[in-house]
Amino acid sequence: MAARKGTKSIEVINRRIRQGKVVVVTADEMTEIVRAKGPARAAREVDVVTTGTFAPMCSSGAFINFGHTKPAIKAARVWLNRVPAYAGVAAVDIYIGAAEPAEDDPLNRVHPGQFKYGGGHVIQDLVAGKRVTLEATAYGTDCYPNREMRKKVTLDELPYAMLMNPRNGYQNYNCAVNLSKKTAYTYMGVLKPEAGNANYSTSGQLSPLLNDPYYRTMGLGTPIFLGGGRGRIIGPGTQHNPRVKRHKKGTPLAPAGTLMVMGDLKQMDPRWLVGVSILGYGCSLAVGLGIPIPILDEEMAAFTGISDEEIFTQVIDYGNDYPKGQAKSLGRVSYAELNSGTIRFQGREVPTVPLSSRVRAREICEILKEWIQKGEFLLDEPVEPLPSA
Amino acid sequence: MYSKVLSLRFPRKIVNEPVVVNLVKKFDLTFNILKATIYPRKEGLMVLELRGHTKNYQRGVRYLKEMGVKVESIGQDIKRNDARCIQCGACTAVCPTGALYIKRPEMEVIFDSEKCSACELCVPTCFSHAMEVKFDRMLAG
Repeated sequence: MAARKGTKSIEVINRRIRQGKVVVVTADEMTEIVRAKGPARAAREVDVVTTGTFAPMCSSGAFINFGHTKPAIKAARVWLNRVPAYAGVAAVDIYIGAAEPAEDDPLNRVHPGQFKYGGGHVIQDLVAGKRVTLEATAYGTDCYPNREMRKKVTLDELPYAMLMNPRNGYQNYNCAVNLSKKTAYTYMGVLKPEAGNANYSTSGQLSPLLNDPYYRTMGLGTPIFLGGGRGRIIGPGTQHNPRVKRHKKGTPLAPAGTLMVMGDLKQMDPRWLVGVSILGYGCSLAVGLGIPIPILDEEMAAFTGISDEEIFTQVIDYGNDYPKGQAKSLGRVSYAELNSGTIRFQGREVPTVPLSSRVRAREICEILKEWIQKGEFLLDEPVEPLPSA
Repeated sequence: MYSKVLSLRFPRKIVNEPVVVNLVKKFDLTFNILKATIYPRKEGLMVLELRGHTKNYQRGVRYLKEMGVKVESIGQDIKRNDARCIQCGACTAVCPTGALYIKRPEMEVIFDSEKCSACELCVPTCFSHAMEVKFDRMLAG
């Protein structure tokens, strides 16, 4: 074994996985272990910590190739169940974005709009094995003369379907309040006036990037749980910003890192890819994401031992400040406080509302743990780390 | 003292009759109307909380039934489709009665239909369309 004393390589951990000797714990369990035994002992005893999150994640979508038709078509505009997909990729390649509402959706013409069906729902329906109506129009070329097509397709019949989410797994996120005098319908949920409630959307001590705050173990190639199946991190997500103020334990105090992820849609599960409608805001997709973190050394044990008491976020006013593009922190709260049901804000108690499911995040941690314990899921060294500064 | 939230469906033939007032006059009950609608075919739906001594409550409900009002516990009207619920908690922002709440420390989202006043605020708020209203039965009254 080449590893230094007190350190473990991914290679060593993978050997232990193959031999059925690996010690895997969830991020919840790791918090208890580190609290009881300290990071040095935890690093010796634990090989992998599983993390997870399940919440609406805009900036999700799927690349689909729907196969050549007879006669052939170079699709210019494409709809799936009346939801427009981006067709400017290639003749029969499209990208369906989770946030795209159906063509004839009334949107916010009667505010707040309900956005009952959109790209996220299309993705869930496909994964659930439902038949989806695919329509395309085209201008016609010598090689692709067809101007119009319409057919029902299932995921099985599609030659290629790849979930490819440009931004998932936000490392920390704002706690949203509304200081205006009327209800705000935001992507952070319904916010009652005058700070009637405080909404937040992070799985706290279970959250992948909060357990590896400086991205030591994650990057291009990291294998992950994605939508109930397997996927990989393929790089930093859009808006990835490692340069934010951090707590002394490394966790950012504001939204920071993000992940771009991908995985074959055909092996995913509709339980973990759920189309969602956000009142007055739009459509999205709730994505189940789980990331195993190798406990390479004492530092990684300490990072993964983080608890909700030690993770903080900022309170932002989504009634006035945020819409003006002038968001500023109005206070700092811990995830332990947020999970308690109320926070102290501007001298009074404000009820808190989670938008990210702890119950389902915990379930992801357990599933991933089981996969690794059974020897079905191996770790990989990232080919290229995420930008950390 | 006994109190319960009920949905009352008034058939069109009694929709113009004084009914609820008699709960006070004849049975010494108090009420709090949470919702009242008359549908296009003139059937009425009222959601109210009825409060009083158990005996009076029972007599009052019997009176309503004799009048031809269909009386149902409100929990039967709003249902949560647990297969659709993603256990996030967004609904708890708008639920005025605490019927939808978070069980801590598990952070499980619970729906206690006994506390539900059928205001329906949760229906469009729920991200995954898990809260369902039984419209058909409402109109069937």
